Amino acid sequence: MYHKTVPYRIFNVFNVIILLLLALACVIPLIHVLAVSFSAKSAADGNLVGLWPVDFTTIAYAKTIDNPVFLSSLWVALKRTVLGTAAILAVACLAAYPLSKENAQFGGRSVYSWLFVFTMIFNGGLVPFYIVIQRLHLMDSFWVLVLPGVVNVWLIILLMNFFRGIPKELEEAALIDGCGHIGILWRIYLPVSLPALATLGLFAMVWHWNSWFDGLLYLSDKHMYPLATYLQTVIVSRDMSSMSFTKQEFDLLSQKTINAAQIFIGALPILIVYPFLQRFFVKGLVMGSVKE
Amino acid sequence: MRYLKRTWPFHLMLLPALVFLIVFNYVPMGGIVMAFQDYKPWLHISGSPWIGLDNFRLLFERDDSMQVIWNTFLIAVLKIVFNLVTPFAFAILLNEVRQRFLSRSIQTMVYLPHFLSWVILGGILLEFLSSDGGFVNRMLHGAFGIKPIPFLGDGDWFRFTVIVSEVWKEFGYGTIVFLAALAGINPSLYEAAEMDGASRWKQTLHITIPSLIPIAVVVGTLALGNILNAGFDQIFNLYNALVMDKGDIIDTFVYRTAISDGQFGFATAVGLFKSVISMVLIVISYRLAYKWANYRVF
Repeated sequence: MYHKTVPYRIFNVFNVIILLLLALACVIPLIHVLAVSFSAKSAADGNLVGLWPVDFTTIAYAKTIDNPVFLSSLWVALKRTVLGTAAILAVACLAAYPLSKENAQFGGRSVYSWLFVFTMIFNGGLVPFYIVIQRLHLMDSFWVLVLPGVVNVWLIILLMNFFRGIPKELEEAALIDGCGHIGILWRIYLPVSLPALATLGLFAMVWHWNSWFDGLLYLSDKHMYPLATYLQTVIVSRDMSSMSFTKQEFDLLSQKTINAAQIFIGALPILIVYPFLQRFFVKGLVMGSVKE
Repeated sequence: MRYLKRTWPFHLMLLPALVFLIVFNYVPMGGIVMAFQDYKPWLHISGSPWIGLDNFRLLFERDDSMQVIWNTFLIAVLKIVFNLVTPFAFAILLNEVRQRFLSRSIQTMVYLPHFLSWVILGGILLEFLSSDGGFVNRMLHGAFGIKPIPFLGDGDWFRFTVIVSEVWKEFGYGTIVFLAALAGINPSLYEAAEMDGASRWKQTLHITIPSLIPIAVVVGTLALGNILNAGFDQIFNLYNALVMDKGDIIDTFVYRTAISDGQFGFATAVGLFKSVISMVLIVISYRLAYKWANYRVF
């Protein structure tokens, strides 16, 4: 048995060490940011913080939560995530049901399929899209964050593949009993697909929460930014105009600690749903690869 | 008529998706005619002068756009290669860990960065990799006495940083598909090899790796479509004026020429150039994946 040989045992020890180091490398940057966010100005600006806070303080969080632009961006982010996810799921359920039918039952299926798939492999590019948004008068409107993302072809395909796994007999029995297709979708398909919908919903939520470019491109008023866009302008582009400091705060607060606190708050929702995501996403990947 | 009578609920159910698809996907495709115009916003598409292929000629004549295409290609290809090789190797190594708890914990940690956006990760890396007392440079200095490395302040280092940080973000997630394939290998193959006295290394070489090759071919082939996708979100959130010559890519270039410089026609042409090449590659790659591995999406 190879498990018991000496060379294999030596390999195993090194292997575990290397894998653990790689795994730590994936979380250390996040821990560092967390440590900086709870550190004092002098320690952060003097580059003294490693993986543990130095001179623990929560003042960076207090200042962040005090910032009206931050709060409004948090609200916009929540709103777009909830509304956007609901819209994506509703449209995906309606579209995935007919697409999951056989060609014999729904003759137009392949035409529709191609219409959907073609958008995955070709797009007009940034400029024409921008012009269309302009002509639709969606510039500087909250809805520009929701409407363009409503059709998510990838999620529709995943859901379609899941629907195909539902036994045909259920549908046939319901049709004989006089139930229409909308009734079948609502009373049979949706109840048995709840776990799949939860998975897809989580993906859609993460996507919405993380989206930042649309806000930057189509919104000009900072108060309408979603959190991700706000963080992009503050942290990456270093635009601090939305924050004002008193003399006393200036002595206590550092740019670094405030940035770190904001980054961590931005990542927090993802970290909270992460355990659920992890349980589901492996299934999600497998679900997408179901073949006929 | 009978067809419609039987299928009208299907068409009705597809209607909402279709409306959004047309408005936000197909109408913008009509806008690619701007690539053949000297587009002026106040003249709209109908009034802007047609200039034939001038924008495309410009694309191949301007030094900056050719440099941008080369940057994009180089960064994207290296990303594709390392995003394939790293998860492949990592999955094989992780498969040797028998302690379930340990294996689970490692997986939990390596999957995490995939779910964070480049805004968050960009913010973290700007501070973490700073040459002015960033965490990594402090560690390197403390351990090896190395002078601060300009990870984000020098063109060549920037390319290195972009590729490494991309792999850092995505390799864990890429491992999943290989782990699934490893779990599917028939255990009797290993038992037979064991009987014949094959060492674990021999087993890996002759059973494990050959079993993973088909899925690696599929993943690699499907990645072909990304050959001009160097990662807008990542580059946009990490780059700066110092690394523009070696770090600028097609997508960031299009954004700047359109939004900052107002050269809408030219920017559309550059975008179209990328879209068309990507489309051709995606179609080819899906054909190949279907032929070689019977893979299909729809």
